[in-house]
Amino acid sequence: MFEQKMHARKVPTRDGEIIGYVHSTESFGAVDGPGIRFVVFMQGCNMRCKFCHNPDTWKKNVGSEMTTDEIIEIALPYRQFWGKKGGITLSGGEIMLQTEFALELFTKCKKLGINTCLDTCGQPFTRRQPWFDNFKKLMEVTDILLVDIKHINSDEHRKLTGYRNENILDMCQFLSDIDKPVWIRHVLIPEHTDFDGYLRQLGEYIKTLHNVQKVEVLPYHTMGVHKYHEMGIKYDLERIEPPSTTRVKNAEKLLHVKDYQGYLG
Amino acid sequence: MKQLEKEVISKAWDGFNGGNWQSEIDIRDFIQQNFSQYNGDESFLEGATPATKVLNDRLIALKLDERAAGGVLDADTKVVSTITSHTPGYLDRNLEKIVGLQTDKPLKKALMPYGGIRMAKDALESYGLKLDPEIENFFTDLAKTHNQGVFDAYTADVRRARHYKIITGLPDAYGRGRIVGDYPRIALYGIDYLVSAKLDDLDNYGDGEMTDNIIQMREEISEQIRALNQIKDMATAYGYDISKPATNTKEAIQWLYFGYLAAIKQQNGAAMSIGRVDTFIDVFVERDLERGVLNEKEAQELIDQFTMKLRMVSFIRTPEYNSLFSGNPIWATLSLAGMGIDGEHHVTKTAFRFLNTLKNMGAAPEPNITLLWSQKLPETFKHYAASVSVESSTIQYENDDLMRKQWGTDYYGIACCVSAQPIANGIQYFGARANLAKTVLYTINGGKDEIGKAQVGPAYEPISTEYIDYDEFMQKFDVMLDWLADVYVNALNTIHYMHDKYYYESAQLALKDTRLDRTFATGISGLSVAADSISAIKYGHVKVIRDENKIAIDFKADNDFPRYGNNDDRADEIAVWLVKSLYTKMNKHHLYRGSKLSTSVLTITSNVVYGKNTGATPNGRQKGEPFAPGANPAYGAEESGALASLLSVAKIPYQYATDGISNTFAVTPTTLGHDEELQKDTLVNMINGYMKNNGHHLNINVFNRETLLDAQAHPEKYPTLTIRVSGYCVYFADLTKEQQDDVISRTFHQSM
Repeated sequence: MFEQKMHARKVPTRDGEIIGYVHSTESFGAVDGPGIRFVVFMQGCNMRCKFCHNPDTWKKNVGSEMTTDEIIEIALPYRQFWGKKGGITLSGGEIMLQTEFALELFTKCKKLGINTCLDTCGQPFTRRQPWFDNFKKLMEVTDILLVDIKHINSDEHRKLTGYRNENILDMCQFLSDIDKPVWIRHVLIPEHTDFDGYLRQLGEYIKTLHNVQKVEVLPYHTMGVHKYHEMGIKYDLERIEPPSTTRVKNAEKLLHVKDYQGYLG
Repeated sequence: MKQLEKEVISKAWDGFNGGNWQSEIDIRDFIQQNFSQYNGDESFLEGATPATKVLNDRLIALKLDERAAGGVLDADTKVVSTITSHTPGYLDRNLEKIVGLQTDKPLKKALMPYGGIRMAKDALESYGLKLDPEIENFFTDLAKTHNQGVFDAYTADVRRARHYKIITGLPDAYGRGRIVGDYPRIALYGIDYLVSAKLDDLDNYGDGEMTDNIIQMREEISEQIRALNQIKDMATAYGYDISKPATNTKEAIQWLYFGYLAAIKQQNGAAMSIGRVDTFIDVFVERDLERGVLNEKEAQELIDQFTMKLRMVSFIRTPEYNSLFSGNPIWATLSLAGMGIDGEHHVTKTAFRFLNTLKNMGAAPEPNITLLWSQKLPETFKHYAASVSVESSTIQYENDDLMRKQWGTDYYGIACCVSAQPIANGIQYFGARANLAKTVLYTINGGKDEIGKAQVGPAYEPISTEYIDYDEFMQKFDVMLDWLADVYVNALNTIHYMHDKYYYESAQLALKDTRLDRTFATGISGLSVAADSISAIKYGHVKVIRDENKIAIDFKADNDFPRYGNNDDRADEIAVWLVKSLYTKMNKHHLYRGSKLSTSVLTITSNVVYGKNTGATPNGRQKGEPFAPGANPAYGAEESGALASLLSVAKIPYQYATDGISNTFAVTPTTLGHDEELQKDTLVNMINGYMKNNGHHLNINVFNRETLLDAQAHPEKYPTLTIRVSGYCVYFADLTKEQQDDVISRTFHQSM
C-alpha cells in the first residue's frame, strides 16, 4: 500500500489510471525495431541534443494524455501488419522519463502476445531505488531496446547533449549482463561524431557487450531544422551538412556493423 | 480421332500424368495433375543469353527512337489488320527463339478500324499520317463499325451524360478488350483438336427453336472456327505447324503465343491480357529438363524472349485516349503464382523466371506483372518478389485468397489492370466508369452540369439554402444515383450489343469454352472525393458559393470533418455505402446476355482527366484538381499514416467490386528499412497485413519524390524509369506533364 501511494504521488493519473504524455503515434514504423511497428512518441526529454530532429518533443507534461488501454486500442487494428517480429515501440522524447506508463503498457502487451520495444537514449538511467527496481520490472516485459549512444566520449557527450554518458554506458552494461537484446544506434554528424578515433573507440566498446543484435549508423539529416525555426529556437548545427556516403561506409566499418547479424534471425 | 492423330498426340503428351484433360479440353486439370511446386529461393536463376541481350538492346533502342519520334515510328494506313493480314515480321530472325509480330515490322502499328473508323483516322492524323481514302470510304459507306452502330442506338440521355463527362472512357469507339483467351489450349491440344471440339459445340447448339440468341451463338461459333484456322495459317507463314500439340517447351510457348498474337492482330482492345501461363509452361520446362533436352539457361532464354514479345505489343491511339490512359498501356497482364483450391501453392520455378526477366532485361511497363498473393505462398518467393519491387516498382499484388473464393476457381487470370476472370469460361464486358464526384454536384445543382451549365441529369429543385442540409442532400442524391445507374447501364448494354455485332472477338473466344459466364463490368471514379464531400456535408457544415446561374461553384466547410483514408469508420463507411448503393441500383437493370453485374474502383490514369472535368467539390477540392487514383484516399486526406490508409481502402467490399479495388501506394526506400533485407521484410509484412484485412489490390512504388522530380527535369537520364499507376505500369517519361505532376504530388509515405 505504502509503495503504491509513493507512486500515486508522482505518476500522473486520470480517474485512477496511469496516463502518459504522448507527442504522436505512427502506425507504420519500419525503422523502429524489428518488423513493422506501431510507434508511440512520448513527450518530454532532458537532453538537448544539438542535432535533435524532434525538438517539439522536449517539453515535459504536455501533449495528449493517454492511458495504456487507449494506446492498445489504437494500435491493435494494425496487428496484422506486424508479422512475426513486429509490435509496439515506445519512443520519444525520452520514454524512460515515464517508466511507470511504459511498464503498465508493456505488461498488457505481453499478456496479448505483442512484441515490445523501447527506443531510448538511456539518460534517466540510474541504479538508485526505487527507479532501478522499476526499470528491472520494465525489462521483464521488454523484448528489445534501441539504444542511441550519442557519443562515446563523456565530455563530448556533454557538449552534444548537455549530459555526460557514464550512466548511459552503465545501462548498456546492465542490459548486456541480463542478456537483453539491443540494437545500438549512432548518429553520424560531421565535426561532432564523425571522427575515426571516436568511432573506433565506440566500435571497441560495443564489442564488449554480449547482447547486441544490430548496429546502425544513422546519417545526420536536416529534416528537423525547420522545427527550430518554427519554434524560435537557435539551431546550433546550422551549417553542418549530412555526411557523405563514403563517411557513412567508413563509420559502418569502424563500428563493425556487418558483425552484428542477430536481427536477421 | 483418327489413329495417326492419336499417335501424334500421345507422343506429345508422353511423360505427363493423365487426367480429365485427356478426354476433354481442361487446362486446369492438366496443370493440377502435372505441376511441380518450388519452395526454394532465387539462387538457381540464370542471366540473359547473348542473343537475348542483343535483341533487348535493339528493342530498347527502337522504343527510344519511337519516343523521340513522338510515339509512332511507322503505321499501316492501308492494310486492315486481321489474323493473316501481314507477312511474318522479326526483330532479328536469326536470334529470336520466339517469333511473331503484330505487323511485318517491330513496333509498326496496325490499322484497326472495326472499333470505329474515325478513331483510326484521327489516330493516324495525330501522328501526321493519312488513312487511305479507299479504306475510309469502305468503312464509312460500305461497311459499318462498332462505333457507328453504338451511335445509331444511343439515346439522347446517354449522349448528354457522355458529352458532359459524368460517364467517360466508354468503349464505344475502340475495342472493349478484357477477354483473356485460354491460350495454353493451342499448346496442349493443337488447333485441329480445338476445331473439332468447336464443331461438336456447333452441332449441339440450337436443337429446336432458332431463337435470336441461338442464331447469334451459332454464327459466333462459326466465326471462332474460322479464326482457329486463320491462326493455323498465320503460324504456317512463320514456319510452324500448330495443328498438333506442342512437343517441347519452346513449342509450347510459341504455340500459346500465336494464340495471343492472333488476338492482338484482330482486336485493339483496351486491355489485351495474356492470362496465367506460368505453371502451364513450367510443366513443359520440367519435362524437358528431366529429358536433358533443355538447361536452365535455355529455359530462362525462352521466358525472356517470350516476355520481350509481350513488351512489344502496341496500338496507335488518339491523343484523347492517351490522356485517359497515359503511356500507351495495353495491359498484357501476366498473372503469376497464387494458390490452388486444394490449398497447395502454385509457385513454380517459372514464376521466378518471369520475375527474373525484370533483372535480365531491365524494368518495363509490359507485361503488367501481377502477383497473386496468398498468405500461404512460400516466404522465399514473397521475399524475391519484394526485392524486385524495391528495385524496379514493376509488380502489382492482388489478393488470391479473396479472388479464389469469390470466383470459385484457381484457374483465373487478371484481365486488364486488376480484374479477375476465370480463364476457361469467363469473360468480362468492360464498361469504363461513372463519375461519383460529379454526381454529388449534380445533386446539389438539380441535375445541371457545373461546368457546361446544361441540364444533364433529371431536373428537380436544386439545393438552394446557404448551408447544405444533410437530409435534403441524401434524399436528392438517391434520385440522382438512380438516374446515373439508368443511363450508365443503358449505355453499356448498347455498347456490348454492338461490339458483339460489329467487332466480335472470335480469336480470343475460340480459345474459351463455348458456354460462357459473362460479367458486366462497371466502374466508379471519384470515390474518395464523393465520400469526403458527403462527410463534409454531414459533419462539416458546408456553405455553398453560387454563380449568377445559381450553380454551386465552390464550398466552404465551417468545421473539420472525417475523411476517408484514416481508418475512421465515420468517413470510410460512406465510401462503402457509395459502392454498395450504386451497385444495387445498377443491378435492378436488365444486363446484356444474362451477364452478372460487377463494379470496380479503378481509374487507371484517368483520375486526372475526370478531375479536370469536375468542378470544385464540398470536400475542399478545387475545380479541375485531379481525383485520387482508383480507391485511394483523396490527396491530403491521409493524416494517420500509411497503414491507416490501407485499412480504409481494405474496407471497400470486394463482393460488390469484383472487378477490382485499386490502391496505388508510394513509399520511400528508407521508410521501409535501413537495409535491403529489412526493406523486403517490411514489404512482405505490409502486403500480408493488407491482404489479411481483405484488401484486394496494391500497386507498390518504392522511390523518392526527388527521383521523380529529377526524371521530369532530365528525362534523358531516366529513359526506362518505370512506375506503377492505378492498375498498370508505365515509363515515367511517357506520361504527360500533367500526369507526371499528379504522380509527384501524391502521398509518399515516409518517415524521418
